[in-house]
Amino acid sequence: MGLALKLISQRIALGFLLLLAVSALIFAGTEILPGDVAQSILGQSATPESLANLRAELGLSEPAVTRYFSWLGGIATGDLGTALTSGTDISSAVAQRLGNTLFLAAVAAVISVPIAILLGLLAVRFKDRWPDKLISATTLASISLPEFFIGYLLILVFGVKLGWFPTVATVYEGMAFGDRLMAVVLPALTLTLVVLAHMMRMTRAAILNVMQSAYIETAELKGLSTFKIIRKHALPNAISPVVNVVMLNMAYLIVGVVVVEVIFVYPGMGQYLVDHVSKRDVPVVQACGIIFAAIYIGLNLIADVVSVLSNPRLRHPK
Amino acid sequence: MATETFLDIRDLKIGVTVREPGKPKRDITIVHGVSTTLEKGKVLGLIGESGAGKSTIGLSSLAYGRGGIEITGGEVYINGRDILTLNRAGLNGMRGHEVCYVSQSAAAGFNPAHRLIDQVIEATLEHGLATRPEAEARAKELFAALSLPDPENIGSRYPHQVSGGQLQRVMTAMALCPQPDLIVFDEPTTALDVTTQIDVLAAIKNAIRLTGVAALYITHDLAVVAQVADEIMVLRNGKKVEHGATKQIIEAPQEDYTRSLISVRSIQHEEQKATAEPIIRMENIVAGYSKNHIVLNDVSVDIYAGQTLAVVGESGSGKSTLARVLTGLLPPQSGQITFEGRPLTQSQDARPLDDLRDIQMIYQMADTAMNPRQSVGTIIGRPIEFYFGIKGKALKDKIAELLEKIELPAEMADRYPAELSGGQKQRVCIARALAAQPKVIICDEVTSALDPLVADGILKLLLDLQARENVAYFFITHDLATVKAIADSIAVMHLGKLARYGPKSEVLTPPFDDYTDLLLSSVPEMKLGWLENVISTRKIESAGN
Repeated sequence: MGLALKLISQRIALGFLLLLAVSALIFAGTEILPGDVAQSILGQSATPESLANLRAELGLSEPAVTRYFSWLGGIATGDLGTALTSGTDISSAVAQRLGNTLFLAAVAAVISVPIAILLGLLAVRFKDRWPDKLISATTLASISLPEFFIGYLLILVFGVKLGWFPTVATVYEGMAFGDRLMAVVLPALTLTLVVLAHMMRMTRAAILNVMQSAYIETAELKGLSTFKIIRKHALPNAISPVVNVVMLNMAYLIVGVVVVEVIFVYPGMGQYLVDHVSKRDVPVVQACGIIFAAIYIGLNLIADVVSVLSNPRLRHPK
Repeated sequence: MATETFLDIRDLKIGVTVREPGKPKRDITIVHGVSTTLEKGKVLGLIGESGAGKSTIGLSSLAYGRGGIEITGGEVYINGRDILTLNRAGLNGMRGHEVCYVSQSAAAGFNPAHRLIDQVIEATLEHGLATRPEAEARAKELFAALSLPDPENIGSRYPHQVSGGQLQRVMTAMALCPQPDLIVFDEPTTALDVTTQIDVLAAIKNAIRLTGVAALYITHDLAVVAQVADEIMVLRNGKKVEHGATKQIIEAPQEDYTRSLISVRSIQHEEQKATAEPIIRMENIVAGYSKNHIVLNDVSVDIYAGQTLAVVGESGSGKSTLARVLTGLLPPQSGQITFEGRPLTQSQDARPLDDLRDIQMIYQMADTAMNPRQSVGTIIGRPIEFYFGIKGKALKDKIAELLEKIELPAEMADRYPAELSGGQKQRVCIARALAAQPKVIICDEVTSALDPLVADGILKLLLDLQARENVAYFFITHDLATVKAIADSIAVMHLGKLARYGPKSEVLTPPFDDYTDLLLSSVPEMKLGWLENVISTRKIESAGN
């Protein structure tokens, strides 16, 4: 266990280092953005004096390095700062929206990951026969369609024509779990269709790769059924690449949902970010950036840890 | 019909459909109508060179074809029914129950993700032959019968946690666990070191005797099969050459081909005495891949012009590392190399071009040592161009001259590696090394991947070339028969040290040190009863235990 533990703690330490580097990049990136918050708040007709006053008030006149470290210190204590445009506390505003985004992503993941892996297994089982081709064709078609198109298509069919699900994904605090679930069905389905193909094809490729191994022949000559061979002998050895692609898609579900949130008017992180980018509200953009980065790095970290743990050579060294 | 003889193969025909891109698909026949029978409790040895169809025939008794291989005709009766007519469910009921399989590489044949015990009893449970505790108890009995260390607990290990020789025995236990009627052993000891092979062989033979299971024993090594088989069938190019009792095949073969298999290693090479100063002197070499991981410990050997130093040892003994030190790929941590009386630069990057040219290398896998997209002419011509700057017509002549030296026709220059046989490929690699006109050639297991008859031809060629070109060989091998055939001096390596070193006549003359004795006595001999003899007179335990 010692070796695995060492590798995992190395990965975690590297993750934090990476996050630190990303925070510097985000800060530097927002620094060099053209435009000026004071200008956009006060409008084109503002006098230079009033602009300077507002800047001093917002703390924008201090050197960048000082602001970076006070920002970083705030993040470490859970304080993401104050939105320039509305003056509200970013942490509490983000908390609710992040919760919404995570909820939508979780629903999409719960639907898409098992389906993708199952379809991958089926495609391997019926390799080069019609089920394989059908699965490949449909998942490829769904990944090829832009998500706004899929979203509007689902709204048209299930929301407008059939009337099964709400066309606008409105959620609010204190909403019952069941109602909340109903509200996000269509956006979750849209996301599922977008990420399904990638995960399914990777599962298929990873397992097919393992199916070339000599121990698969051993299993076959023991008289095991094909599906049992795939499940018991191939899948455990394909976990590492499958988990990697699953985590990559999970990250996409969280940080890449902007379009879907806009289509369904869903109050998540994506909308929040887009709103404040257009208002040049730098602290909000920075906060969203660092949260997305943390989620991305965290999910990849989980993939790494699972890879290490799924490797018997690392789990049980000689 | 087949009642006493429970395996009955009749007029078996096996083929494969080759689909090459850009060419029409074509059917190739691998096995041309082979018939044989096997009684309960008997062992039939299938022997032949690569391409003889022996593995293919073996797998057909499980109605299994590797890759695109298909059984195209004939019948295979097991316990009275033709298994070639079974559907998938019927096959699954037969495989792992009536017939089990032991593959060449247990290291690859075990699933790395599961514990050994779960894999060993898997077929037994799958076919409902026993409960889990019963199956586990049986597996442990088998581990003990196969003289595996700690039979109670070895099953809870993962495949990577046990040695190759142990894994091969665990795989034999896996095949025996469902109490099948027949086990197909497919080269079960070929990938093992010679001292490990003998233990595995003894364990397999013992287990066969104890359980009374019948076996098909597939190998290319007649001396090995002579130890375990009751009968031997000699195969060549998918046809039966000869089939008879083991004693008859070994002592009175009827066919010329069988005789040639028995009499390979006909090479006799008079040992030459070390005369002048050695051309290369390696002194007190210590080398490894880090400070804590020393592979070579204080090794000193000399190489003489026009002579062969054979470096013998098992896997992990450090013989290839010694070659890497000589080529400069791995500079030693201490010690020095002298070349023609002057110190040789230790790192390859810093070596003068002439020194690089003087030490050439030939590899084990000729396949991977050549660029498949270059013609033979380009491959051989490259060192001539690189070292001597010869171009155009003169280059063509040189290439033709080299091809003549390696006994290949000049037209071969336009061929590509994929169009050559294994032996021809290795000849091209020899020509490439010779093209640099080196003084020393490092030969790294150059005949290990070849069939015995082909390997014999390569060794003859190497000796011929040595006599004509006065080139020295640093000849790495694990095969003692090869060593006896070609060496002038021998270095026996064991765990990174020299176990024994000197002229061939001295090294191969008793009294031996314990390791050399073990190594020499482990080489299978083409004699009935050899295995039992050796096991009973063993001095030290082999590395496999």
